[in-house]
Amino acid sequence: MHNTNLFGVSALFDSPDKIILVAKKTAEAGFTNFDINTPYPIHGIEKAMKLKPSKLGFITLVFGLTGSFIALFFMYWTMSIDYPMIISGKPFFALPAFIPVTFEVTVLLATLATVIGMITFFFKFPENHHPLHDTNYMKQVSKDKFGLVIESTDKNFELEKVKEFLQSLNPISIEEIYYQAKENNSVLEPRFLTLLFVIALVTSGTTYFILNKLLYMTPFDWMSTQLKLNPQKPSELFSDGFGMRTPVAGTVAQGFIPYLSKGNPNPTELLENPYLITEENIKIGKSKYLTFCSPCHGNFGDGDSRLRGQFPNPPSLHSKRARDFKDGMIYHVIVNGQNSMPSYAPYLDNEERWAVVNYIRVLQRAKNASESDIQFAKKENVKNASN
Amino acid sequence: MHQTDFHYTQKELPAGLKKFGSIIFILGLILALVAFYVDKERAIFNYLILYSMLISIGLGSLFLIALEYVAGADWSVPFRRIPEFLSGILPLLFVLVIPLLIFNHDLFHWTHKEAVEKDVILKGKEPYLNITFFIVRAFAFIAVWVIFYLILAKNSSKQDATKDQNLTRKNIKFSAIFIPIFAITITFTSIDWLMSLEPHWFSTIFGVYYFAGTVIASLAAVTLIVVFLKEKGYYQPWITDDHLYSFGALLFAFVNFWAYIAFSQYLLIWYANLPEETFWFLTRWEGSWSIVSILLIIVHFIVPYAVLLSQPAKMNPKKLKFISIWLLFAHLLDIYWLVMPNMTEMKSGYHFSWIDFVFPFLGIGFVMLVLSFFGKNKNLLPIGDPKLKRGLNFHL
Repeated sequence: MHNTNLFGVSALFDSPDKIILVAKKTAEAGFTNFDINTPYPIHGIEKAMKLKPSKLGFITLVFGLTGSFIALFFMYWTMSIDYPMIISGKPFFALPAFIPVTFEVTVLLATLATVIGMITFFFKFPENHHPLHDTNYMKQVSKDKFGLVIESTDKNFELEKVKEFLQSLNPISIEEIYYQAKENNSVLEPRFLTLLFVIALVTSGTTYFILNKLLYMTPFDWMSTQLKLNPQKPSELFSDGFGMRTPVAGTVAQGFIPYLSKGNPNPTELLENPYLITEENIKIGKSKYLTFCSPCHGNFGDGDSRLRGQFPNPPSLHSKRARDFKDGMIYHVIVNGQNSMPSYAPYLDNEERWAVVNYIRVLQRAKNASESDIQFAKKENVKNASN
Repeated sequence: MHQTDFHYTQKELPAGLKKFGSIIFILGLILALVAFYVDKERAIFNYLILYSMLISIGLGSLFLIALEYVAGADWSVPFRRIPEFLSGILPLLFVLVIPLLIFNHDLFHWTHKEAVEKDVILKGKEPYLNITFFIVRAFAFIAVWVIFYLILAKNSSKQDATKDQNLTRKNIKFSAIFIPIFAITITFTSIDWLMSLEPHWFSTIFGVYYFAGTVIASLAAVTLIVVFLKEKGYYQPWITDDHLYSFGALLFAFVNFWAYIAFSQYLLIWYANLPEETFWFLTRWEGSWSIVSILLIIVHFIVPYAVLLSQPAKMNPKKLKFISIWLLFAHLLDIYWLVMPNMTEMKSGYHFSWIDFVFPFLGIGFVMLVLSFFGKNKNLLPIGDPKLKRGLNFHL
């Protein structure tokens, strides 16, 4: 092996102030293809070297803006066009809520693009070798010295003259740096790739083993394996092998009142409203109605809610048909559901269902008030006012 | 390049400072008195804006000084005298606060006894929001600030003559005590003077919001004066591009910090959608206030962000001068936006009045006079400070 090709001439200095001065003088002497190596970043060195500002910032800017745009557009598309959903009453395009996400995606894309751009454009990936690697010069400048290399590709490069120039700068030492012409120095060499593959295999294999095997071995399974029966799991105790048992015939859950009119087209015979319209009862009815009924039926039972148009509209509760319903019929609809309306039995207990029925009656009375109601209300007002 | 030797000869601040300062101040004062005569309510609200602005600049400067001592910063040592002069505003607050206390009835809804009686919320807040405690707080806070101002500024100017390093050590100790006190007092000051204008409303981040604006305003004022004096030749060889870059970077950081805090406050209130919080923003969306609200985002965040983003812009004296004036205006607009919608006749929208221009004018004259008074016979460089040389040789 002979290091035959001249890469450049290097010189070492011992202080950051000196290296700034050296960089300035070198640039003034007309050299353009030279580099400074220091153990830590020195501010102002790029100015002294008369370097043009790096173009890396443009990559950051472009990809950052792309990130903002992608994030905003994707949220707009998912939340306002493809699957509009009302989330706590906010508009479909809820800009303030999107800003944190937009910010994160902007930063993510900008940083990733900067790092990848730096590696590909400036470090010339997959190249991983530089003639300065493994030289004495590199060892020194990564310890406590400050180095200058004038490369042989510079248009003013003449070995003797350059050496003379470097000598005039009073360096600690001067060294010629050679490199081999053809070196297999690509990152994509088989050995490296094989190693990469092996690392990937080991990492994913270990992850798989830990998550799917190890955690189910004793003693790591102490939390998940317990003597009690879990739902849907088999059991050796019972002859049919099922862990879940059907209750004994005739069992009734606590607080459960069986609904006897299920499927009965004329349920009102059995169902009498046991609750009087009292203030307390109406309060319960109003609260439950507003929670469970109003999203479709509207706050006043007109069938005119904010979901109008997204579902088949429910008919008004003030139609003649609905007003002529007996209390038991409304109760029946709440428990059984009707057309597109599902059963609300799981959400309302017996008293609450009747309270809702009573509240619907109040709404109907209010919407279709008779002359005598109005006069009564006026009288009440007068009484209240005089109090 | 090391400046191992430097020769400082004391040089008085430009004579124009006192001359123009007096003219502007007297003109402003006359117009302000006319304003009080013409429209008392508008004038006193405007005066509150001016007062908050002066607290921002004066107290913010004292905070910058304390920060320098506590953080052990070198770069800000050469021009530390400027925030020292500016925090001379603090003792004058004792006098400046008096008109606000006299006219407190026009400013604060919670001072109306009959309104408080009827209002459950205000009744609940009465132990804190009552006029006696309010006045006690106002004067106590000013007194605390003045004590720290006197200690820090006196020690600093004493050091010019004695070159005693122990004074720096003392100031570091007092700064460390001052910073938590500053945090508490500025929070309660912002609650007292700005948040209590709308006593039903509350926001736990409000103190931080005002603090963010305070630092921007004081930093912008110091930047403006330093760049101006540098151009006049006062700081010529000493303040380098690296110092200017630090100014630009700090301003940029705090512009972002302000936007972050302002947005946090808005996002949480907007998302939770609680009527007792949202109405404050709704008032600021009423009529023409919506334009002012949007303008605030542009003026206080977007424009300074765009101007200060690039590296060369952060050390360009012209751009720095422009952006410091811009940011001072932005902070003024911010306080205007906080205060003015609370005025009875401005509730439904902004109305133009010449009075709004009088008080900033008065403020400029006042700050110029403060500078020329406190800057008299003082060294512009703290020549006795042990960190001065490192500050002069500051490199990024």
